[in-house]
Amino acid sequence: MARMKFICDAERCIECNGCVTACKAEHEVPWGVNRRRVVTLNDGVAGEKSISVACMHCSDAPCMAVCPVDCFYRTEEGVVLHDKDTCIGCGYCSYACPFGAPQFPSNGAFGLRGKMDKCTFCAGGPEANGSAAENEKYGRNRLAEGKLPICAEMCSTKALLGGDGDVVADIFRNRVLTRGKGSEVWGWGTAYGKPSSGGGKPTVTRS
Amino acid sequence: MKRLVAMAAIAAMSLGLLGCGEKPQTSGTRKADSQPYTSVTGTHTALGWKAGDATSWESQMTSRTQNGQNEYTRTGPR
Repeated sequence: MARMKFICDAERCIECNGCVTACKAEHEVPWGVNRRRVVTLNDGVAGEKSISVACMHCSDAPCMAVCPVDCFYRTEEGVVLHDKDTCIGCGYCSYACPFGAPQFPSNGAFGLRGKMDKCTFCAGGPEANGSAAENEKYGRNRLAEGKLPICAEMCSTKALLGGDGDVVADIFRNRVLTRGKGSEVWGWGTAYGKPSSGGGKPTVTRS
Repeated sequence: MKRLVAMAAIAAMSLGLLGCGEKPQTSGTRKADSQPYTSVTGTHTALGWKAGDATSWESQMTSRTQNGQNEYTRTGPR
């Protein structure tokens, strides 16, 4: 199996926030913590685009690299998870993450920061699968129930795809080829430029 | 004066009790996680796969992605 991945189709996302609501309800996420959120580019301007963002379960996750207590781990399925009993709530992961995925619940007086909370790809945590302890700390473990993340399964326009990286990439590629557009906002061209502007191929520099 | 001393003593003892209730601040060792396909976790488990069988779980994930998120499998490409 390939790695589990999310991808959001900006041509389909209608900013309904159904994924955000589904996530909060499924995992009983506390007030002020958003494991997933919808970001709109050029909001209010004709042609605005929205994308749903959460932890991207990076293959080379910067949060894992900077954690001083090594509370992160990656499962065989490529899901980046963490142990809340080891987390000290320092916030380094929050600074390292380019997607703003790590969240910190306000815990106690004076805005004291609690243990880090983030999207688990609906895979729970290190506690026994489906146990009450796992549910309390990390939310529901849908992968252990043979299901996919609730945000992707609940998405009404199927903009948000989640699952085996190879499968979701095939679905997205098929869509783009069928409609003839759709990879402009979120894809190679945006990140590295279009071939016409000299950004078609990655340049490798060796020192 | 005695009353003041008694109140100060009570305050000091209360602070002492707060100290007793403090949680240990040493970090533990990260726990090991189990595979998602190892066991059936409850009544909400989806049908169509066998617990403990990794191949069965993987095909369940693939079919769930294709059937639930790829509408072209239902309508066919235009």
